[in-house]
Amino acid sequence: MDKLSETLGRYGGVNLLPVVLAAIAFVLIGAPSSWVTLTIAGLSMGMMVFLMASGLSLVFGLMDVMNFGHSAFISFGAFVAASVLAALGGWLDSDSVLLASAALGLALLAAITFGLAAGLFFETVIIRPVYRDHLRQILITMGALIVSEQIILAVWGGTPVTVPRPSFLDGAWIIGDVSIEIYRVFAFGLGAVVFTGLYLLLNRSRIGLLIRAGVENREMVESLGFKINRLFIGVFMLGSALAALGGAMWAGYETLITPALGGEMMIVVFIVVIIGGLGSIEGTLLGAIIVGLTANYIGYLAPKLALASNMILMMAILMWRPSGLRPAVK
Amino acid sequence: MTLLSVKDMKTNIGQYSVLHGISFDVPEGGVFVLLGRNGAGKTTTLRSIMGLWQPSANSVSFQGQDLSGMGTADIARKGIAYVPENMGIFGGLTVEENLILATAKGTFDQKRLQRIYDLFPAIEKFWTKQAWSLSGGQKQMLAVARAIIEPRALILIDEPTKGLAPSIVAAMGEAFREISQSTTILLVEQNFNFARSLGRDMAVIEDGRVVHTGSMAGFAADTELQGHLLGLSA
Repeated sequence: MDKLSETLGRYGGVNLLPVVLAAIAFVLIGAPSSWVTLTIAGLSMGMMVFLMASGLSLVFGLMDVMNFGHSAFISFGAFVAASVLAALGGWLDSDSVLLASAALGLALLAAITFGLAAGLFFETVIIRPVYRDHLRQILITMGALIVSEQIILAVWGGTPVTVPRPSFLDGAWIIGDVSIEIYRVFAFGLGAVVFTGLYLLLNRSRIGLLIRAGVENREMVESLGFKINRLFIGVFMLGSALAALGGAMWAGYETLITPALGGEMMIVVFIVVIIGGLGSIEGTLLGAIIVGLTANYIGYLAPKLALASNMILMMAILMWRPSGLRPAVK
Repeated sequence: MTLLSVKDMKTNIGQYSVLHGISFDVPEGGVFVLLGRNGAGKTTTLRSIMGLWQPSANSVSFQGQDLSGMGTADIARKGIAYVPENMGIFGGLTVEENLILATAKGTFDQKRLQRIYDLFPAIEKFWTKQAWSLSGGQKQMLAVARAIIEPRALILIDEPTKGLAPSIVAAMGEAFREISQSTTILLVEQNFNFARSLGRDMAVIEDGRVVHTGSMAGFAADTELQGHLLGLSA
């Protein structure tokens, strides 16, 4: 068993899991065109979930905070972006790709800015008084989530909100029998850019070094002369902004959103964070890709199992690796 | 001259009173050893000095300045390094990253780095390895190296020989002797022979109180006192 594990490790180890999953699905699905479409859909969904989950993983890992209110940032990000896109409807409808891109960019920027501000408020007012007390963290963040959902209901109403998309992201590329939705490719690309940025931040900067160290041992970081509270605020704001960006991207993907969006996504986000391993960006990406692919493959092969598939996946992975696939702390 | 003064320090952890009035003075230079049986309060004393547990007001002064009430990061910036019992190394970071994190400006003073290589050759050998892959002794060397990568006035070291092979313990002793030429060490140690070989002054803690202070030479010569306070047989 050790030998097998060592051999697999040489060829990429757990990073190979999405490839293995895709290969198994290829055999079971049979039709290559359907397999390509489902794989691209899975990768794209995985990247959007990664955006939502990466911040939660860092917050969990670094701050040891169980933030059930994280989904509020996803919902707010979606609704803020939808409002900006609706307000800039003229730009979206114009023939100019530049104007439509600007509208999309502003919508995403508004979601990120809102996430940063909300994260600062949330950390300072809600989280800080309950550090080191998990029970209170659960209670107060659940309470904050309920209040947030009510604020969304009060501002945007209970009826589903339509999210306009730039016309250049609508439609699909048809290559032979394969249909590739343009928005999914965009979501995948944006997720990849964010992952690269986060990876560089964490692995090539002193702040990143501090965050990685803090995930392992906060006391020791303090003992080296660094004020970890400042780092906590920064990471919390970053995590909230990423969740809001993920929510905004998801809103564009769904094109019809309700205040329950964040809560619905939160189950998947928690599964990804647990599968990936706390505090690890690479683990979160791996978990998100696996969850995205599994959801799409199972949705096609056995639709009745679609809802349960990710739970079963999580249980299987936790029985194999109780700390997740790539935990930050070994 | 007194570098660190602990006066009637009381520390509560949650609802429990762990230290009931610890007092001792650490003079500048050399190694000061805190001895005591398991659970006496030695680790809590170091953690309280470092601000990781909150000590009673006005109970810790360093270079004449009151530390009680200060945050851990501020205490560290005064020139105090801490090597905890579990070594506190960052396993997911490389040896180089562990050390660079402890530098003030994110760059190495090559002279100090060379001194570390001379003291602990394993540090240079495993420079790019992730710290979790090191042996227990190498991890301990890394933890001590991290404490001396910047100039410090005082290093608090908690049970550095615990679980280490005798050859590593001997090497660690040599390193501490060299480090103590320029930096004061406050050492918590259960291994009395190791402590005796290094210590200039000492204190014994029992049940959250200091029950004896004096020179290590005097304590080492009094086997009856050792037996009474530490349960050591002659």
